[in-house]
Amino acid sequence: MEIIELSGLGVRFGKREILSDLRATLSSRSIGLLGPNGAGKSTLIQALLGFCPISSGTASILGLDVMRDRNRIRSLIGYMPENDALIANMTAVSMVRMMGELSGMHAKAALERAHEVLFYVGLGEARYRELGTYSLGMRQLAKLAQAIVHGPKLLILDEPTNGLDPPARQRMIRLIHEMIDSQKMHVVICSHLLADVEETCEEVLILKNGRIVHHSNLAEERLANKRFVEIETFGDLQGFDEQLTGLGYPCTVDVKGRFKLELPADFDMRRIYGFAAERDLQLRRVSYRQDTLEEIFLKAMET
Amino acid sequence: MAVYKLTYKSYEGESTPAWSRFLVPARFNYAKLTSIRFLMLFMTVSMFYPIYGAIYVYLSANPSFLATMGFMPFEIDGKFFFTFCQVQGTLSYLLVAFISPSLVSWDISNGALQLYFCRPFSRLEYVLGKLAVILPLLSIITWIPALILFGIKSSISEWSWTTENWWLGRSAVLSMMLWCVLLSLIGLAISSTVKRRVAAAAVILCLYFGGAGLAGAINLVMGIESGALFDLAKVVETIWADLLRFDSGSSMTVWSAWITLAILAAICLWLLNRRIRSFEVIK
Repeated sequence: MEIIELSGLGVRFGKREILSDLRATLSSRSIGLLGPNGAGKSTLIQALLGFCPISSGTASILGLDVMRDRNRIRSLIGYMPENDALIANMTAVSMVRMMGELSGMHAKAALERAHEVLFYVGLGEARYRELGTYSLGMRQLAKLAQAIVHGPKLLILDEPTNGLDPPARQRMIRLIHEMIDSQKMHVVICSHLLADVEETCEEVLILKNGRIVHHSNLAEERLANKRFVEIETFGDLQGFDEQLTGLGYPCTVDVKGRFKLELPADFDMRRIYGFAAERDLQLRRVSYRQDTLEEIFLKAMET
Repeated sequence: MAVYKLTYKSYEGESTPAWSRFLVPARFNYAKLTSIRFLMLFMTVSMFYPIYGAIYVYLSANPSFLATMGFMPFEIDGKFFFTFCQVQGTLSYLLVAFISPSLVSWDISNGALQLYFCRPFSRLEYVLGKLAVILPLLSIITWIPALILFGIKSSISEWSWTTENWWLGRSAVLSMMLWCVLLSLIGLAISSTVKRRVAAAAVILCLYFGGAGLAGAINLVMGIESGALFDLAKVVETIWADLLRFDSGSSMTVWSAWITLAILAAICLWLLNRRIRSFEVIK
């Protein structure tokens, strides 16, 4: 099932083009939206929510057009904004209840759900306190509570771990995992923190200067079993690098004698040990690893 | 899901009709406002003049009692309702300066508007929701007492008085309704533009009381009389006087007063359209 489909989506503020010709089909249960500051991540979310006008192309969420079926889409999604979007003079339970009612819940059900979700996110004991008195971590949790109170099909989290200390971040990541695992909602996480996205997302879309520079399914890439081998040597290479390059697989070497090779799964590593033995070259470290999100991201930024 | 079951569950219940959702923020705002003692005190004080008016209306129908007390008999006419509009109009302005910043500024200053608009809830519904708070409160101290006073007078007078003076009740109610709508728009527009509550209240008051000073200064410096168009009280009094068929002594023409109010309302709507948005484009 397609969760988000972008068909040549473009957004323009005045003469400035913020997003241009975005084309992608996102269908995983958890989708990461990555990019450096100013890449257009938040603008893409705002365009999907119908907050800002689309200048070209179109987009759909859960099969519904973002401009034509705006109200239906809004009743199906939950949104946790990046900034301090809270009504400071309301108690957490009142605010979450009101947001539930605005999403179409009956007053009684909304009150019940407000208590439940506040307990769920860990604000049960502080639910009668005014939001203005909350710490930054508590505010993030309150924003999460208002986003999930009506049981959305798609949850959009904009920088959910912003300003959180490590335990609070872990808690937020755990909650996101639980919601994904519940199989009842899809999650889009917009972040510039790669670790957050890597921990939670199956699919990743990387934006740069308002364009898509990378779109991949992390889960599939992990399953593809590409073997990235890092080899650290000590001593005179004496043509060792030429032999590795001669294998015909992607290979990079740095000045310190560290090699990075992308090898097929059935490659016999004894050949490399043989090359080193022929030259009496010490192999200080041989490590097998998969491409990290950081590497994917950095590669995407170079394009 | 019970509170002790700390696992996520989705909501599968029924939805409320979309048309009724603008009343949701209004209900929460009412709950907040009614907990303010000062507001309750102000509303009580605002009823003093209508009570005095009711006694006055009652006495007007008892010339023998007035003669006993040594007072001259008097009539309930346009002047009576004009004075009523002046007193209650000023009080309603103070009420708007007090309540409207607390209705909107909290949402604007904390960027909470996107929480409203990421739901099936439009900007128009948001404004209607806020109007649903201000208008009833203003109505309690403006056109409803005016209607009650007219009703009292009609009930204690002969039927001929009612048939001859029904326009008086209609004009009084219309005058106050017009004022309520305009005040609500002014209050919401300024509160959405000035983020700080105290500053927003100060600007609202300044528009009313500062306008008179500005109008006087313009008239004095330029030697004209049209500076009075900046005096909101003068402008609206000109319209009230016309509706109530009473000569207030204003040199302003009625049509210029109507145009001024229309321009003011248009500015308020423009400001609301600009400010009540889910996001801001920072240039």
